Amino acid sequence: MGTDFVIAAIITIIGISTPILLAGLGELVVEKAGVLNLGVEGMMLIGAITGFAVTVMTGNPWLGVLGAAAGGALSALLFGFFVLTLNSNQVATGLALTIFGTGLSSLIGLSFVGRIVPQFGSSFPPALSRDPIGRLFFSYSPLVYFALAMVFVVAWFLRRTRSGLILRAVGENDLSAHSIGYSVIGVRYLAVAFGGAMAGIGGAYFSLVITPMWAERMTSGRGWIALALVVFASWKAGRLLIGSLFFGVLMWLELNAKAGGLSFMPYAGSIPSQFWAAMPYLMTVVVLALISMRDRGGSSAPACLGKPFLPAT
Amino acid sequence: MAKLNRRAFIAAAGAAAAVLPLTGNAFAQEKLKVGFVFLGPIGDYGWTWAHNKGREAVDAALGDQVETIYVENVAEDASAIPVFRDLAQQGCKLIFGATYGYMDQMVQVAAEFPDVKFEHCTGFKRADNLATYNSRFHEGRAVLGTIAGKMSKSGVMGYLGSYKVPEVVLGVNSFILAAQKQNPAATLKLVFIDSWFDPPKEAAATETLLNLGCDLVTTHTDSPAALQILEQRGLYGFGQGADMSSFAPNAHLTAIEDIWGPYYIERVQAVLDGTWASADTWDGIADGTVVISPYNPAIPADVVALAEEVKAGYVAGTYDVFTGPIYDTEGTLRVKDGEILPLSDLAVMDWFVKGVETAA
Repeated sequence: MGTDFVIAAIITIIGISTPILLAGLGELVVEKAGVLNLGVEGMMLIGAITGFAVTVMTGNPWLGVLGAAAGGALSALLFGFFVLTLNSNQVATGLALTIFGTGLSSLIGLSFVGRIVPQFGSSFPPALSRDPIGRLFFSYSPLVYFALAMVFVVAWFLRRTRSGLILRAVGENDLSAHSIGYSVIGVRYLAVAFGGAMAGIGGAYFSLVITPMWAERMTSGRGWIALALVVFASWKAGRLLIGSLFFGVLMWLELNAKAGGLSFMPYAGSIPSQFWAAMPYLMTVVVLALISMRDRGGSSAPACLGKPFLPAT
Repeated sequence: MAKLNRRAFIAAAGAAAAVLPLTGNAFAQEKLKVGFVFLGPIGDYGWTWAHNKGREAVDAALGDQVETIYVENVAEDASAIPVFRDLAQQGCKLIFGATYGYMDQMVQVAAEFPDVKFEHCTGFKRADNLATYNSRFHEGRAVLGTIAGKMSKSGVMGYLGSYKVPEVVLGVNSFILAAQKQNPAATLKLVFIDSWFDPPKEAAATETLLNLGCDLVTTHTDSPAALQILEQRGLYGFGQGADMSSFAPNAHLTAIEDIWGPYYIERVQAVLDGTWASADTWDGIADGTVVISPYNPAIPADVVALAEEVKAGYVAGTYDVFTGPIYDTEGTLRVKDGEILPLSDLAVMDWFVKGVETAA
């Protein structure tokens, strides 16, 4: 295996990881604010079709990404209206959002089946990605760099800013945050909208970058992976990046194991591909067990996660 | 109490009997309901899309006597059973199930509804009211393999498979056998992605195959994802189920189009005429069920001629890609020189021919 092989493998892995990283970062912020939105898959699909539709109509993929973010955020705000204003059950409403998003994206997508747009690929001069090392750094879609930057922005926001502290307070103890004058519902609305926008951009990565087309249900369950990753990452942005790359590596291993491409690895070649396919889920369970062991039975989940905000007025 | 109930029932039945002829008159004659159960979304632009075109052909040809109903996105597991049951209870007299994985579910539901006729696509279990139908896609794959054998420079080709089911095994073997007739050294790397429709995984698998040295990839999954990756890399591939050239104008050499309309119309007509009987139908290029899309101008004329020869051979019955000698991956002679594998063996094929590299 030469340098070319390794670099091509890294590029494939980053391609698999980016959309779930984008959606996972959004969901991480939502859950830090104490809201559990299981509608990631639906918001990704809505983002995928709105991003594609806007790109077809304007010819500009940047506007397409904005459209995807807006589509995702709007569908998330609909979810927010139910769970935050009407206090409906978050799990049930989130599942309903996924079903709604799947259906709505299919409906909008009807007139876009069979159309294509130019791939939203690297915006660097092609000369930079001519040699393998150049490809390793410059051959990606702008969305890849955006996702990486957002890892640092989200980590910094949650750890180092006053607004991030308020958001975490709302997620850890909503009544206390309320009692010292912060708008719990307002903060949660903002977080939910941000989560929807990120899921929408993650969805647009499928319809504008990986395969620049629209196909019903094209996200194929990646929204659920993103949800699992947030738990795997124990609600930390840096670990989410590692987790998403880990998922990419495992899928790459699975595909290579199937094609007999792991023969260069002494033991990996004889491991069945199903093992690699099952690993992300197994690892999530293991990580959860490790976290609860370290915390002596406690959990690193935000304390108010999934609970409706009912102040005693 | 019981008496009262019975009296009430009789009264209601009498009223219903009085009303029924009226509704009968209002609708002149009741339309035959035909159900379709699809694996993917009808917008997949591949397998399910092609079956839905067949359904639309039934509507166009027999719409005045027939009403079609379809259910899409039905998984190949136990959840398919209530879908078939529900269609039968809605009054469908003929129900098509359009994927291999509905086999046992359809056997079960067909036994529960003896007066409803069922048709299962690509399966091999039949009953008095359960027919099977299939298309000899492998004839089309032989045409694609012939082209691939000439168009692949490295002789290492990729095959993006869904599941290890006979239809796909046949496609793989047919493709590489035909390619080896053009390039005896040709080999095939095979990946199963455990799904018929997963565009991001199809894309990642295609990149993986290319990274393992393949310079041409053909797909047996249902989306145009692989073709789009090949288009980005300036390489070649083939469409599956439908002409996918609009997704990859340069990479798309040609495609196998599944034309189900004529078969669906024939079987619906048979139910209307009362002549329907359980059967095992396997149509191919000669019957117009398997159609090869227009060729990409990038294919040289002599290669097009070779492909046309294979097509003509299937129409005339003078060509069969499964003509011996055929060796399996272990090097064992499975089909003797001059022998042709019969369709009954093809229907349950579970071994790969020499030149196929896979961990499956």
